[in-house]
Amino acid sequence: MFSVISNNSFVIAQVGIAAVVWFLLQISAAVMVYFERKVCAWLQQRVGPNRVGKAGLLQPIADVVKLLFKEELRPAAADPWLFALAPIISATAAFAAFAVVPFGGSTTLFGLLSEPLPLHVADVNVAVLVVFAITSMGVYGIVLAGWSSNSKYSLLGALRSSAQMISYELSYGMALAAVLVLANSMSLRDIVNAQSGSLLGIPQFRWFVFLNPLGFLLFFIAGIAETNRAPFDFPEAEQELVAGYHTEYSSMSFGMFFLAEYINMVTVSAVTTDLFLGGWWFPGVPESLGWLVFLFKISVLLFFYLWMRWSLPRYRYDQLMSFGWKVMLPASVLNVIATAAAVLYFGL
Amino acid sequence: MLFYFFGALAVIASLLVIAQRNPVYSVLLLITSFGALSGLYVLLDAPFAAAIQIIVYAGAIMVLFLFVVMLLNTPHEDTDADEKTHPMLRPGPMRFGAAMAVALLGELAWALSRSGPSSTFSNTPVTSLSAIGYTLFTDYAFQFEVTSVLILVAMVGAVLMARREDQPGEKR
Repeated sequence: MFSVISNNSFVIAQVGIAAVVWFLLQISAAVMVYFERKVCAWLQQRVGPNRVGKAGLLQPIADVVKLLFKEELRPAAADPWLFALAPIISATAAFAAFAVVPFGGSTTLFGLLSEPLPLHVADVNVAVLVVFAITSMGVYGIVLAGWSSNSKYSLLGALRSSAQMISYELSYGMALAAVLVLANSMSLRDIVNAQSGSLLGIPQFRWFVFLNPLGFLLFFIAGIAETNRAPFDFPEAEQELVAGYHTEYSSMSFGMFFLAEYINMVTVSAVTTDLFLGGWWFPGVPESLGWLVFLFKISVLLFFYLWMRWSLPRYRYDQLMSFGWKVMLPASVLNVIATAAAVLYFGL
Repeated sequence: MLFYFFGALAVIASLLVIAQRNPVYSVLLLITSFGALSGLYVLLDAPFAAAIQIIVYAGAIMVLFLFVVMLLNTPHEDTDADEKTHPMLRPGPMRFGAAMAVALLGELAWALSRSGPSSTFSNTPVTSLSAIGYTLFTDYAFQFEVTSVLILVAMVGAVLMARREDQPGEKR
């Protein structure tokens, strides 16, 4: 499962990548929180955080410090073990899923390494399924948080969340299947490389977003539902459920759920980039600078998430369910069949 | 080495599943057991089966289990009063259960003593998705279709049982 280890500097670089990814994921959550508040402010014609540091840039750090120093509360009737375990599962699943996502082509880090280093933590030949498996484990964090809190709001939030995630996981997987048919591989690196050529003379046309626009739309919508973001943020619908599954959590155990939500957004965006937006390929940009392209594409997708959250009202719960089962699922199944037929007919 | 770790984990977790009083813990231990099984698949060079094991069993089916357990929200399976009067705990059913357990044990011992080291098992890693799909739809097409019909029948049955009977005069 691990790539072949040829020399020591390679091993050190690989460990370094793992550490950098871990660090960046944590930072990304802080950056996302900052931009969430800023984008929200812009959309509502406000200024947003501007007191801590220049343009409020240190606001996330102030938030984390505040969270760390808050008192850790646990309801008396809560199940102590599961109550403590739930945020750990959420955060672990969020971090682990990124491990198999490649985020750049091979690079020598501007000549620092003797041979090119592929940018990923682990290259697994069923990477797509591993991401899927780990994300589906993340549901348990939410479900257990809701159950162990012994509070009706938490329980309702958790039930909603699990029902929602199961419903949308189907269309998520089906949208994915169409990509697998197009790329004829389950390794994310192969899928990205399958999008590198040009079609009809236009370089970007090999990106699966153009070959399979419906699949991209379905995957993106299902991805929003999977990460419990607005307009599908039912597990934490404030007006009905206080704060949903994490109502009873405080201090850093709440912080871990918060962290998990933002890291999940980053992971889903990264997977979407790999699957549909051509990963680190961009016409005119060499492969060694691919990670910058990748970062840019992720940022665009993440901005979309924020944009949508502050523009669209929340669905109603029955609308969510009927949309998931009656629109998303049939559309994604049809998409797989149509894609398979097209691949057979045109031999893409 | 890893084989013994995952194997032991699977066995211990499975035993603990039936030893728990709290159904939520049982569900979690079953998930642990599935995770250990998935680890065994990886050791057998079948990463596809491992990922599917996690996605389908641990990810989807067990969430539904947990869902139902949480909805019922029973801290213990039975109250003390239930245990005294429960029909399954009368001598008759218990004897029947013991007989079944002995029969199962005998069958297992017989099956294990008969089968030597498997010779038909190919040692090549089963990673190619197209190879799996091809075998599934050619060599095992009949079994595959029968299983799908079976699942469809089960689904129709569940829908039929869950359907609310229309009461005369009641507006829905």
